[in-house]
Amino acid sequence: MDALITQLQRQFRDYTISLYQQGFLDDQFTELKKLQDDGSPDFVAEVLTLFFEDCVKLISNMARALDQTTGNVDYSKVGASVHQLKGSSSSVGAKRVKALCVSFKDYCDTQNFEGCVRCLQQVDIEYKTLKTKLQDLFNLEKQIIQAGGRVPQVDIN
Amino acid sequence: MVCEMETDQIEEMDVEVLSSMWPDDVGTEADKQFNVEKPAGDLDMLKEVTIKEEPTIADLTKLPELLNSTHQGTSQITNLVKQWNYMHDNASRLLREELLNLDRQREEAEAKELKIIEDYKFESNEPENVPVLDETSDLFRKFRQKKRDVLVDRKKIEINEEFDTVAYWKQKALSLEKMLEASTQRERRLIEKLHESLKTMESHAAPVQELTENLKRAEGFLHFILQNAPIVMGHQDKDLRYLFIYNKYPSLREQDILGKTDVEIFHGGGVKESEDFKREVLERGKASKREITFTTDLFGSKTFLIYVEPVYNKAGEKIGINYMGMEVTDQVVKREKMAKLREDNAVRKAMESELNKTIHITEETMRAKQMLATMSHEIRSPLSGVVGMAEILSTTKLDKEQRQLLNVMISSGDLVLQLINDILDLSKVESGVMKLEATKFRPREVVKHVLQTAAASLKKSLTLEGNITDDVPIEVVGDVLRIRQILTNLISNAIKFTHEGQVGIKLQVISEPSFARENALNAGADEDNGLTETSVWIRCDVYDTGIGIPENAIPCLFKKYMQASTDHARKYGGTGLGLAICKQLVELMGGQLTVTSRVNEGSIFTFILPYKVATSDDYSDDQDEFSDMTDHQSEPDDTTEGYFQFKPLLGSIYSNGGPVNGNDFLPHKVMLTSPVKLINGLVADPSNNTEQSETVQVENGGYVDESKLETSSVHCPESAHQYENGNGRCFSKESESCSSSQASSESGTLEMESELTVSSQREEEKADTDLKETSKPKILLVEDNKINIMVAKSMMKQLGHTMDIANNGVEAINAINRSSYDLVLMDVCMPVLDGLKATRLIRSYEESGNWNAAIEAGVDKKTLENDQVCVRSTNRLPIIAMTANTLAESSEECYANGMDSFISKPVTLQKLRECLQQYLH
Repeated sequence: MDALITQLQRQFRDYTISLYQQGFLDDQFTELKKLQDDGSPDFVAEVLTLFFEDCVKLISNMARALDQTTGNVDYSKVGASVHQLKGSSSSVGAKRVKALCVSFKDYCDTQNFEGCVRCLQQVDIEYKTLKTKLQDLFNLEKQIIQAGGRVPQVDIN
Repeated sequence: MVCEMETDQIEEMDVEVLSSMWPDDVGTEADKQFNVEKPAGDLDMLKEVTIKEEPTIADLTKLPELLNSTHQGTSQITNLVKQWNYMHDNASRLLREELLNLDRQREEAEAKELKIIEDYKFESNEPENVPVLDETSDLFRKFRQKKRDVLVDRKKIEINEEFDTVAYWKQKALSLEKMLEASTQRERRLIEKLHESLKTMESHAAPVQELTENLKRAEGFLHFILQNAPIVMGHQDKDLRYLFIYNKYPSLREQDILGKTDVEIFHGGGVKESEDFKREVLERGKASKREITFTTDLFGSKTFLIYVEPVYNKAGEKIGINYMGMEVTDQVVKREKMAKLREDNAVRKAMESELNKTIHITEETMRAKQMLATMSHEIRSPLSGVVGMAEILSTTKLDKEQRQLLNVMISSGDLVLQLINDILDLSKVESGVMKLEATKFRPREVVKHVLQTAAASLKKSLTLEGNITDDVPIEVVGDVLRIRQILTNLISNAIKFTHEGQVGIKLQVISEPSFARENALNAGADEDNGLTETSVWIRCDVYDTGIGIPENAIPCLFKKYMQASTDHARKYGGTGLGLAICKQLVELMGGQLTVTSRVNEGSIFTFILPYKVATSDDYSDDQDEFSDMTDHQSEPDDTTEGYFQFKPLLGSIYSNGGPVNGNDFLPHKVMLTSPVKLINGLVADPSNNTEQSETVQVENGGYVDESKLETSSVHCPESAHQYENGNGRCFSKESESCSSSQASSESGTLEMESELTVSSQREEEKADTDLKETSKPKILLVEDNKINIMVAKSMMKQLGHTMDIANNGVEAINAINRSSYDLVLMDVCMPVLDGLKATRLIRSYEESGNWNAAIEAGVDKKTLENDQVCVRSTNRLPIIAMTANTLAESSEECYANGMDSFISKPVTLQKLRECLQQYLH
């Protein structure tokens, strides 16, 4: 049993580090982790849930605003959504999403349609990837807990 | 030649407009064009010359008179006469010489003849005395010769008859005859010569013709020169009436000009001026030039360069002026263009250099900005991470050695942080970003607090004392934060360099220092705040009995990164920035920082600052400022006490770090339970993965479990009305609960949900401790992003605080109107009303006491009016911007809109902690 826990813990640690190293996450995620204590044991999951939910909503908003069949593209609308997403992703430490949002915002400001569409697609892929990865991470966490172990603190550096 | 030209000039030209004087058709037009007059009187010769040739030069009726009566005229004629006389004399002299020559030859011949006659008397009867110059002499002589020949023949006969020796006489006669012949021949040659001389003399003897030639040449020259000269020449009499005019481009006939003055001829700009100028020249008797622009109907706007000289008669009286004008309009225009160009050039150059300067300054500012940003982001964040982690580490189980090491680590980290903060402060002051605040504060309390803090971390046996004279007002207005910073800095410096004895602060009121009087205007600029106070200058001495400062080190004491000596730097550490910052801050506040010191005896740092004296009727406003202090030391008459002393107290309980809001900790701790519920609502089943929890939320229509609301014991109203008569505590509870709203921007309705505060309220009620209630700072978070709210809230919770939430600027204004806050965290970019605007409106409310500006800006009037009961806070509400650190959300803009500081996003625990430490006292 202990061996399993140790293995799971190592797996968890490696996976977390890989997420940082591949740029999916940044220090802000660590901040979130810090906020999670006995008083709020699922804080991170909760915030991320809210975040991904936000992603779905905002991305569909962007897609709607960028849909040319409805007439002219309302870049300010797109931009507002992008701004929101940027703030959210920045807050949860979703590094890649945030970086995409920065360039997305630039395209919005310059009203670059191709750029916007490309960014939209990338953001869509990126947040889904992140979601899958984080789900894996949380699953690991749960397995550790179920096995009776403690989720290790991962030192990123 | 020259003389002649002058004469001509005088004679003819006149002013103004005129036309070519010598075109091909001169002959026919001569009369009209020029005033041709036959000069009368003695000027015969001149007349002949001028007129006989071509009537190209115009004479005036008065010309002869003029020539006779004026100096120029006279001198000209004199000149001509002189020349003529000279030539005449020359000719006469030549003739006389020739005559003399001939005379001499004749005399010689006569002498020879006489001799012959004397020798041979018979020849005496011959008529020898023929006048040499006689025209007929030649003939006469020939005739006589023939006669003589005849006679000689007869004589021979006679001789033959008279003398026996005929042969002898014959011979004699023949030889004589030969001699005579030779003589006669000589005589003939002489006569021929004489003739020749006479002829040459005749050619010399024609001076008139010579003069005529000269005049012709002169005229030709004038012709040549003046043919196309665009000039106007003229003579005017004493009354400035034209007597004479020459004009290359005549537009008036001479009868229109002659006898009239300029004023009579022309109308328009410049005429009067030229007339005045001429008169001036006439009066002064000095030739002079001037440029005059005429604007006349006759020839439009033209600029003439005019030369005027006075004319005198022989008696030396002024009789008029000569006038010469040349049109220089084009040149003037060009010149003006050039001048303008040059001027433009100079202006452009000046602008360029100005621009360069501005660019330079901008670049500098940008660089400073860059540095600030770099500092805060590249150094401060990781460093605060390190320090923060170390602090956390220090709370875990450690053995003694580890703890020691950790303490070193923390203090070193703190030092570096302090250094970075110093640098930031410095660059803020230097780049002018630093804004001063005017808040009411009590100097005694500040001094006490500073000393207290210093005493708390004191590791030496020093006595700290504070001495405030009675005349120092109880409350003054100034930037208390900065003043405290200066005091803390100076005190910590003093402590650092003092090993035994005491360190102290002394405050006293002084009269206005001289440097301030000079800068009276500048100082006056600071007094723009609406409160009515009088100024007071307070001198603050921070003295110690430390190592002192050598005199030669004093000048560089206030320079950046300089310490009295490198030895000191090694021994005592420090950044060398503290004093530079103090000095800059003091100067920024309109004061002066000086130092006096004696090595090994101690130093006194003195700063003199102006303060405004506050009206002392509302102490209570300040209470929170010093609440932490009053908590520690419950001295009732803090406000008036003038002397404090902190004896050496090793191992002080305050030794570790700054003020801790210990009182606040408990209620927040209790409140930690609240989010649990929130989370339970969200992720009820721990086995849920994120995917599942997401769906749960979607089903619930939000992450808030609404059932919480129903079950909560206290009903949270949608408006604050029912609480408006409550006391401040009640207010704070109320607004906390109400503003934790999660507005759904899509539906546009404002839902007040209180799941968080419901529980906290309950807990608070249980605790029911008024003291703790009042001391708990009230924080408002203005943010539209749900996730950000969630994260920030969670962080706040960890830091032991709760927050009210507003989703945009309008909600923020409403919340601030409803209750008073100690701190506002304001997102910059928000829908409805952004953070910058909201801050401006809040500041305007603070100044004016009403929300007129907000109402004008479109904030709902009713919600604002309903709550006028609320006592307006006279303190400036600290508003901290939360920026995404993009160009659009620059820190400058935040400051410019009245924000006090900014936190860059994403917000971290550390940043929040620093911010709270700085702004919540």
